[in-house]
Amino acid sequence: MNRTLKRAAVACLAMFALLMVNVNIIQAVRAENLQSDSRNQRNFFERYAIERGRITAGGKVIAQSVDTGNKEFRFIRKYPDAKLYAHVTGFFSPESADAIEATENKLLDGSSADLLLRRSIDLFTGEPTRGANVDLTINPKAQKAAYDALRQSGKRGALVALDPKTGGILAMVSLPTYDPTELSGTNKGKVFSRYDELAKEKDQPLLNRAIGQTYAPGSTFKVVTAAAFLEDDSSRGPDTTVEAPQRLPLPNTNISLPNYGGAACGSGQVTLVYALEKSCNTPFGSIGMELGYDKMKEQTEKFGMGEPIAVPMPVAQSDFGKKEDQAAVAMASIGQRSNRMTPLQMAMIAAGIANDGTVMKPYLVNKITDSKGDELDAADPQELTTAVSSETAGKLRDMMVSVVSNGTANLAQVPGVQVAGKTGTAETSDGKPPHAWFISFAPAEDPKVALAVIVESGAASVGAEATGGHTAAPIAKAVLEAVLNK
Amino acid sequence: MSEVAVTPVAMPAKRRMAQLVMLALAVVVIMGAYANVGLAVDGQIPAGMLAYGLGLGGLMLAAYFVLAKFAPWADPLILPLVTLINGLGLVVIYRLEAAGMRGASTNSQIMWTALGVVMFSITLVVVRDHRMLQRLTYTAGAVGLVLLAIPALLPGSLSEVQGAKIWIRIGGFSIQPGEFAKLALVVFFAGYLVAKRDVLALAGRRLLFIDLPRARDLGPVLATWVLSLLVLVFEKDLGTSLLLFGTFIAMLYIATQRTSWVLIGILLFVGGAFLAGQVFDHVGARFDSWLDPANPVYYGNADICQTSPPGDAMCGKSFQIMQGLYGFGAGGILGTGLGQGHPYLIPLSFSDFIFAATGEELGLTGLMALLMLYALLVQRGLRTSLAARDPFSKLLAGGLSFILAWQVFIIVGGVTNLIPLTGLVTPFMSQGGSALLANWILIALLVRMSDAARRPPPQAIQNEGLTQVFQR
Repeated sequence: MNRTLKRAAVACLAMFALLMVNVNIIQAVRAENLQSDSRNQRNFFERYAIERGRITAGGKVIAQSVDTGNKEFRFIRKYPDAKLYAHVTGFFSPESADAIEATENKLLDGSSADLLLRRSIDLFTGEPTRGANVDLTINPKAQKAAYDALRQSGKRGALVALDPKTGGILAMVSLPTYDPTELSGTNKGKVFSRYDELAKEKDQPLLNRAIGQTYAPGSTFKVVTAAAFLEDDSSRGPDTTVEAPQRLPLPNTNISLPNYGGAACGSGQVTLVYALEKSCNTPFGSIGMELGYDKMKEQTEKFGMGEPIAVPMPVAQSDFGKKEDQAAVAMASIGQRSNRMTPLQMAMIAAGIANDGTVMKPYLVNKITDSKGDELDAADPQELTTAVSSETAGKLRDMMVSVVSNGTANLAQVPGVQVAGKTGTAETSDGKPPHAWFISFAPAEDPKVALAVIVESGAASVGAEATGGHTAAPIAKAVLEAVLNK
Repeated sequence: MSEVAVTPVAMPAKRRMAQLVMLALAVVVIMGAYANVGLAVDGQIPAGMLAYGLGLGGLMLAAYFVLAKFAPWADPLILPLVTLINGLGLVVIYRLEAAGMRGASTNSQIMWTALGVVMFSITLVVVRDHRMLQRLTYTAGAVGLVLLAIPALLPGSLSEVQGAKIWIRIGGFSIQPGEFAKLALVVFFAGYLVAKRDVLALAGRRLLFIDLPRARDLGPVLATWVLSLLVLVFEKDLGTSLLLFGTFIAMLYIATQRTSWVLIGILLFVGGAFLAGQVFDHVGARFDSWLDPANPVYYGNADICQTSPPGDAMCGKSFQIMQGLYGFGAGGILGTGLGQGHPYLIPLSFSDFIFAATGEELGLTGLMALLMLYALLVQRGLRTSLAARDPFSKLLAGGLSFILAWQVFIIVGGVTNLIPLTGLVTPFMSQGGSALLANWILIALLVRMSDAARRPPPQAIQNEGLTQVFQR
């Protein structure tokens, strides 16, 4: 029997050899594949295994990971200010992330190549890997002021405030909003159903209107038209006389462009600054037609339109509109028709004028520090475009100061500070009340903040006399005061 | 006549000291792993560490003394190998219980281990000469059949757990009679085949290069085949069915030295498997999910699988095997380390899938070592068989060793998706009392035969004029 026993022994050996080869294939060759299978729950836990870095704004923690001591979901994301910074920080859900949580994910979770050195040191000292901290340019006071003021309007809307000299975003609010903590839980079912709920809401609380939505800019766009007009001929100035008929006939159509409420604009021939103060439509419509589509379009590009911008979240494209007939140019030049701007783009226009004609590239991330506090990277403000010459910027600034002190935007006045601004009332095509706009910067002589605010359908409850300035200007004022410590 | 040079025959040594040292080493490794789990899970050495260590050490020392007294010539490797595998299983179960996995119970497994060692000792003490088992051939056969049949005859409420009808459940207590039937049937096969092997080895017609057995001798093979199918049909236990049939064929081959039996066995098996695949959904589904486990169709709805046990209608057939594979993948080459992976995500990772749980935390390195332990154990058993002096011992030791290897192959191969998954325990590791007891008895029988095989044969006393005395 020994012969067959030996053969049986060989068979047993072969079985063990097969098992060993197979285990090698699975654990050495196929391991990576199996690890990356999206159905593998371990990936889900992995998301919570690392202490993500903090997101701070001016030293204030607005997002952080809290150690739960739980084996599976060790670090949970918390947002101490709930809704206040939702559109800035974004959320960190079981399967996705948004805003800074998404764009800076590799730094926050420590996987970025920039953190290689830190990781190597941690490996030797035996410390657990921790993500880098992201400090934002947001000014917490400005953010809070913007959020509170906008919320008081009870309307949907958005506000973006910039440091005109650097492009750093000081405040970015979009309403309605959501509580990111609700979307950052570990209970997939709860998080996903909450997300679906928010995604289905008519008011779109998940949408960051400040950078993700474009609106007709209305009269705020007249500063761009004015800029193009002044740039076209350097001898022009605030006191240059412009035609201001009660109605401006539009060529090749049987309609004509009226002023707001059909009112007259002075005597029919007014100075440029008067036209801007009173926000007359006819002079700017005719300026637009006189300059033509190409020059108008070029001016918008000089203010930064046409280039894709990321702050680092991608910003929706603003656009002056397609080339059509002269009537369309006239309409677009007063911020109507196919002219569409994001609130951020409007803030960049204000900031460009404030910064002597140079538009700085907007950004949110101020600096990155590793878990030990050592700086890895700091923002390097960059010029995006030169919108207008320094002289033209000066003229525009004077006119915008005049708008606040003598014109439609007196509600934006801050005691002891020269505020520049321009109101807007953007008609919407769907018959809803017009949107209220305001762009502004202050102090005019040494600007520290430039902003744009929009209140959707904000010009509703106001009498025929008032424009967007009534609703939007006080919100801007609150933010200006917060930044300037007034 | 010139002087006859008497060359001393090299005899196996008892190597008792080596056995004791290896046993101590096994206990130390287990305790180290146990402390490792505690440190990883709670950040401290488990509170009961000393008691467990002393308990396990004392238990194994007792087993050692019984072995030293009643089977002093036995292979010194067998007990340490089994101790290490059993202890490793305990550590993995402890680790799963520490993670709060439902169903994992270290205490019950410790209790069953202790009982297993007691059964090991009793078997050694009672079975002083394993050849007495040969006289019980048909009794063993009858006992085996009855044990195998009980769950099928009992109502489902007393015998069915998660689809497999293999239990006897009385009160809170449940045993798997099939585990003991396995032992009895191997004893029966050995006794029966030793008696009939000459007949069964007779050649009938020659086909190609193979001598076919005579048709009238097909009876026993067909009977075992039918028995296996019955187990499959009435108990839905593919694993035991395959285990018994394969072991019988292997023993038939060892006994008769006829390759044709193996071929007939394989043909019958393929035929049976094909039939079963056609007739029973659960067999066919296993086959599909074996070929393509990652396919979403077979994977099913994971959310349902996570909340309800596998076997739920909406939870796919390959969900469990994929969880096991994810575990192996997470472990990679070095493993996550004990207490640092997520092996509790694998359904039944404390019983059928304990190999996957081990693979996740100890990695390829740990699994290769573990497979080596099993291979060594099987090899020691087969050596015992080779060294045995009578055919019954050879066949019994060979059969017991083979069934051990075959069982490891079926379950580990199933869990690693080498072959279709069938439910079986991983010997000495999986949680479950019946299997532990039965396997400890199996080891006691191997030890008993090893002792007999390695014991020096009685020396003829060379002095003329004296009556030859045999010493035993």
